[in-house]
Amino acid sequence: MRRNQVAVVGAAETTELGVIPNMSQIQLHADAALNAIADAGLKLSDIDGIATAVETPQQIAHYLGIKPTWVDGTSVGGCSFMLHVRHAAAAIEAGLCKTVLITHAESGKSMIGKLPRSTPPDSLNGQFESPFGVFGPPSMFPIPVLRYMKTYGITHEQIAMVAVVQREWAAKNPRATMKAPITVEDVLNSKMIAYPFRILQCCLVTDGGGALILTSAGRAKDFPQKPVYILGTGESVETPMVSQMETFNSSRAFTTAGPLAFKEAGIAHKDVDHLMIYDAFAHLPLFGLGDLGFMPHEETGRFIAEGNTRPGGKLPLNTNGGGLSYMHSGMYGMYALQESVRQMRGIAPAQVKDARISVCHGVGGMFAASGTIIFTNEK
Amino acid sequence: MAEPARAKPKPTPETQHFWDGTAAGELRLQRCDACANVYFPPRPFCPSCASRKVSVFKASGKARLYSYVINHRPAAPGFTPPYAIAVVELDEGPRMMSNIIDCPQTPEALELDMKLEVAFEKLDDKITLPQFRPAKG
Ligand SMILES: [Zn+2]
Repeated sequence: MRRNQVAVVGAAETTELGVIPNMSQIQLHADAALNAIADAGLKLSDIDGIATAVETPQQIAHYLGIKPTWVDGTSVGGCSFMLHVRHAAAAIEAGLCKTVLITHAESGKSMIGKLPRSTPPDSLNGQFESPFGVFGPPSMFPIPVLRYMKTYGITHEQIAMVAVVQREWAAKNPRATMKAPITVEDVLNSKMIAYPFRILQCCLVTDGGGALILTSAGRAKDFPQKPVYILGTGESVETPMVSQMETFNSSRAFTTAGPLAFKEAGIAHKDVDHLMIYDAFAHLPLFGLGDLGFMPHEETGRFIAEGNTRPGGKLPLNTNGGGLSYMHSGMYGMYALQESVRQMRGIAPAQVKDARISVCHGVGGMFAASGTIIFTNEK
Repeated sequence: MAEPARAKPKPTPETQHFWDGTAAGELRLQRCDACANVYFPPRPFCPSCASRKVSVFKASGKARLYSYVINHRPAAPGFTPPYAIAVVELDEGPRMMSNIIDCPQTPEALELDMKLEVAFEKLDDKITLPQFRPAKG
């Protein structure tokens, strides 16, 4: 894909985030979509492409009254929206559609109108993982971390610092769910969930949603908001079974998607002003920093523990507070994208001064899938 | 009311040989006749070279502990926390999820790379799970 041919011209989250007991899941989609359409100064009838995950595109298109000529229902977990951005950019460039709406929402906390997630007993996961007591992401996603720590000499204190630093970012964000400062001791003494992870190293469970609107860069300058251009993109999938990853020292989906996006963007790591790495659990930023090539994996724990990613640090990371402290409705990738867009527009609550390039890296499932989007505000 | 039961696998045509194996006290893997790749989970072709000429064989049952969590909450139905959910690396190469039995479910007792051997836990007449315990000697 060519650089900077497509831009984000509308971006918004649901009006409320956190606990939203007065809205069903599809209404959360609609709330975010209407906010994004207003942000872009568009009418519903201007939208000719739609992408969403978990909920079907037909569900959301019909509910909103949209008549699309381009549809993407890619649903690979929490990074689905990174893949939607990539696919939408290619579709707009190819002339398949002009204005794409991407929506996410999940009634993750209130569970209103939420589709059931189940694992059939004759699926591969149902046969070769479920019988051993996996029960939800906290029992699965952290399984690789002890191996990763042993291989690279990462300490429990270093991984605890991920949560501490992200809480520092969240404290600057009025919409963050958790804002009170925490220490490494707080993290390591919090309630045990799945050793080695405690509750402060696991994502929040909230309600909310977000939506993006993309169009060609040529049209983008006529919109009310500062355009945020798509500079580079990457995607991949590995396996739906965490036990079958090629290695626990790295994620193959990350090492495929991330470098692909950097190559397409034509940038070096030193060019990155702002970074989002989907943090469903506290080890993910370490995997991301290593697998995206920012540094060897051995250095990732120390890099975060020494404060390089905190406010004022040289690589601002997860500046909304992340899935650990901002919000996590189940598929957090959309909120990472929203924060990258805010940073590129220059309107983030914890704005990184003069940021020009933002890398937004997502994960789906338990390292099952990955998508990376690199944004810029300069064309 | 009966205790909630642990999730029970339901074999498919492609995996039946594996579950027949565990019921007979064997851990069965597949090897590609064309490229010698040993792989898991079961499928009637080689995921490395796409050959459909593959053979089922009895694995040694020897493994080492690759990684794990000790799950506290929420516990899966049929499990009493804390319990370890492990991934073991078989001597033949493939990895599989399992539990570590006959061993305290603690970080001190569960040492990465410790040697393990397969054990079989019968759930009913059709399904026996492959489990692993610390290797003797
Ligand atoms: Zn082969």
